[in-house]
Amino acid sequence: MGASLSIRGLKKHFGENRVLDGVDLDVASASVTTIIGKSGIGKSVLLKCIANLLEPDAGTIELNGEPISMKRKALAEDGGAFFSYMFQNNALFDSLTAFDNIALPLREATSLKPDAVNERVTAMLEQLELGGSARKYPGTLSGGMKKRVALGRALITKPQVVLFDEPTTGLDPERKFSVFEMIADYRERFGFTALVVSHDIPEVFEISDYVAWLDGGQIKFHGEPDALDDEAQTALAGFLNKTTFRRSKPSSRENESKNNSTVS
Amino acid sequence: MIQKAGQTALSVVSELGELSAFSLFAVRGFFRQRNRVAKLALAIHEVGLRCLPIVFIVGLFTGLVMGLQLYYTLLKFGAESALGTAVALSLIRELGPVLTALMVVGQAGSAMASELGIQRNDEQIDALETMSIDPLGFLVGPRLVATFICFPILTAVFDLVGIFGGYLTGSLLLNVDSGVYWNRVFESVTWADVQGGYIKALVFGFLTISICAFRGFHTHRKASFPGVRGVSESATRAVVWSSVSVLAADYLITSFLL
Repeated sequence: MGASLSIRGLKKHFGENRVLDGVDLDVASASVTTIIGKSGIGKSVLLKCIANLLEPDAGTIELNGEPISMKRKALAEDGGAFFSYMFQNNALFDSLTAFDNIALPLREATSLKPDAVNERVTAMLEQLELGGSARKYPGTLSGGMKKRVALGRALITKPQVVLFDEPTTGLDPERKFSVFEMIADYRERFGFTALVVSHDIPEVFEISDYVAWLDGGQIKFHGEPDALDDEAQTALAGFLNKTTFRRSKPSSRENESKNNSTVS
Repeated sequence: MIQKAGQTALSVVSELGELSAFSLFAVRGFFRQRNRVAKLALAIHEVGLRCLPIVFIVGLFTGLVMGLQLYYTLLKFGAESALGTAVALSLIRELGPVLTALMVVGQAGSAMASELGIQRNDEQIDALETMSIDPLGFLVGPRLVATFICFPILTAVFDLVGIFGGYLTGSLLLNVDSGVYWNRVFESVTWADVQGGYIKALVFGFLTISICAFRGFHTHRKASFPGVRGVSESATRAVVWSSVSVLAADYLITSFLL
């Protein structure tokens, strides 16, 4: 079951660069919240602070009302975890098969018996439609399959919160859509809380319950995707228009060329 | 100038402290890991078995060359019958541990630094942390523990093959009586010599593998460049500093042992 996440006054700087400057964010239980913002604005830094990969300079992060420093390292005896992280480039171990990659957190961080691990990983592979690729190494898998293996590894410990760092990087539009579908589908099936960092605007809004816009080190907008329409006159609208403009450009060119060909 | 020298000294001390803490946490982390035997077996394969052929070849050629060089040197003093003593003591006390360590640095140390550097850049080390797996205990610990097992054995192989190489040139090529050669070897080598060689092997093994792993693991902090260039820099520095540390430690240990 998903957990609610509450971030208050989170600060992180690198030298003179204040990347996070008092981030406040509430993430509802079992929801999908997407963090958007310009490249290099600190979206991944925020995820890494939540995942304890970076130590914040100030601020608190609470999971179900309790500071996560108390919960972070704890893994339940049945192999349950509070957090999972799906990395932008998957971060799969090349020397391990798809099966072993997914089994890794269960084998190394829980006291599950080998039979139970095998059963759970086999079930996960079936759910991810990777049954035939269990013995393959990441180097021999397609981009989409690697994403599914990484997703399987992130979900195998039945986490309460899954952090997705640009999960569709490097994928073609069709595969991007299937990864988003996968996140939405598994969120429903496993009931975790998802925090997604993505540049795929507006596609990612299809699976998002909430959108948070990170700008200038702070969350400047947080609400449902529909509420974005009310932000027409703000800086957020400028950011969204730019991304929409870039995306609409090729199709408008296509239309132009179609019109031209019709005329000729 | 004094300020610069002071800063350099402080940074060296701080680096040594970091390296020591890194190694100790890695070994401690290993003993908290699950499936330790399998991990250790894999590390022994990497640090030990894969280095065995190169250690064997270098040991043989070192012995062959020493047999030649020492024979003609001893001949000047009419003491060619002492060839066995000279070859065996040089190898067991000095050349065996030092050259074995340098070979392992070239074969396993550089590969380890590169592998860890790539794993750092590819966020695999971060991934381990998010899975609540101690990356030091998981990736570095088994290799460090394996050095305690592999280095003395590899050094012993180097010494034995080298002494045999000395026999090949000394007795078969240059006609030193084989009985005299082997008799001098067995007579002159004492347990203290073997013990000293093993102490060196253990120290060199721990130093080299620690430095290589440290450089690779901290590629993101220690290298001047990010990405592939950073990994190559880490691997180069790992090999250079490991080799220098072996020679420096050799001098220190020898001065204590003699």
